[in-house]
Amino acid sequence: MCLGIPGQIIEITNADKLTAKVDVSGIKREINIACIIDDEHPPERCVGDWVLVHVGFAMSRIDEDEAERTLKILEELGEVQEELSAMQNSA
Amino acid sequence: MKFVDEFRDTVKAKTLTKEIQKIAQRLDANKITQARPLQIMEFCGGHTHTIFRYGIEQMLPDNIEMVHGPGCPVCVLPMGRVDDCVALAERPEVIFTTFGDAMRVPGSKKSLLQAKADGADIRMTYSPMDALNLARKNSDREVIFFGLGFETTMPSTALTVLHAEREGITNFSLFCNHITTVPTIKAVLDSPDMQLDGFLAPGHVAMVIGERPFDFITKDYHKPLVITGFEPLDILHSMWMLLQQIEAKESIVENQYSRIVPPEGNAPALEALTQVFEVREFFEWRGLGSIDHSGVRMKKEYAAYDAEEKFPVPNLKIADPKSCQCGEVIKGVIKPWDCKIFGTKCNPENPMGALMVSSEGACAAYYNNGYEKKSA
Ligand code: SF4
Repeated sequence: MCLGIPGQIIEITNADKLTAKVDVSGIKREINIACIIDDEHPPERCVGDWVLVHVGFAMSRIDEDEAERTLKILEELGEVQEELSAMQNSA
Repeated sequence: MKFVDEFRDTVKAKTLTKEIQKIAQRLDANKITQARPLQIMEFCGGHTHTIFRYGIEQMLPDNIEMVHGPGCPVCVLPMGRVDDCVALAERPEVIFTTFGDAMRVPGSKKSLLQAKADGADIRMTYSPMDALNLARKNSDREVIFFGLGFETTMPSTALTVLHAEREGITNFSLFCNHITTVPTIKAVLDSPDMQLDGFLAPGHVAMVIGERPFDFITKDYHKPLVITGFEPLDILHSMWMLLQQIEAKESIVENQYSRIVPPEGNAPALEALTQVFEVREFFEWRGLGSIDHSGVRMKKEYAAYDAEEKFPVPNLKIADPKSCQCGEVIKGVIKPWDCKIFGTKCNPENPMGALMVSSEGACAAYYNNGYEKKSA
């Protein structure tokens, strides 16, 4: 829950509520993007962004290279499966 | 150096390890580490996990020791708090939701997992937003989200409460058990049985709060601090930066993880935090007792979304079991294997103490990585 997991924003689902669909290792789910937008980077420019997702909230924009490396480390730490199944099976 | 081959960039890892060895030798020659080894604390459970997985401790020279800090939110949940959760969850109108990690933490009678087996409506959620969705779909029930974690997860619950308010959802509330990093580091520094020489600071907490809140550690306590990322190379790199400070007798806040951590933190996240939360006078920790200003509660304006206001919370104080030595492990006074029940009565299948529950807890990390016996 503290490490987060990288994903790529594929669609803005609601620009008012600041929600977007993100692809995390093939699993797609809705997340909140309130923490990664500002005047220079409004929601509509977020599509394609790689982000670090913590408990359903994009907390930081990252580059693709960083995303790839982080995912590999999480895999080695055995955290990826846990995170993905939590995402998929939530509630 | 048996694990060095697993690093992303083995050349860099080897160079860093060599540089660390060199500084350590100089520290030794200059008698800085004559009386005792340097004690470096990694505060964050995520770092603890990486350090064990990649065998980083064994790569360090003998005069540098790592102390595994209290930065694993589920590990520091006191039993009384788990009992409070169970009491809330057992109310018939309630759907109790939380992160998966919190489910197995032992309470004085049962864990949330056991309460669920006994019939309470408890559901694991990945995100507090999922809990809010449940509230939308179950308007005849009360959905409580058990919010825990440091500043990394705090924005998520604050923003969820703001969402609920905006949408006028009234059957959602937060049982707020968030804890704060900086007062906790201060408590650790004030603890008389600890002698720390430097900190690897949690990168994702800093991503939210920025660099400045850590200043007092370097200015008032004169301990060097490096904000650190989660890759094994990040940890080696930060260790090297920290040792350079120690050698130069400096203590400043350095940011090794600047690719993620902006010096000023995350503005929208901080705004949400200050809007919804305020500092508690004190907060109870497992193993550490009560720490001043180390937790937050919801502001009065959000009482309608505050489970502590909406429902009676027993707020019981339960002493940790006598045989548990989690507190001493958290403070780095003893190593996990020094606990009398380590690996026997307390193991990951059947955790007695919370440090055995999560893969980020020091005891589980020792156990899972085969550090079962004291090696000479
Ligand atoms: S072995 Fe169990 S009881 Fe002992 S310190 Fe570790 S978690 Fe606590």
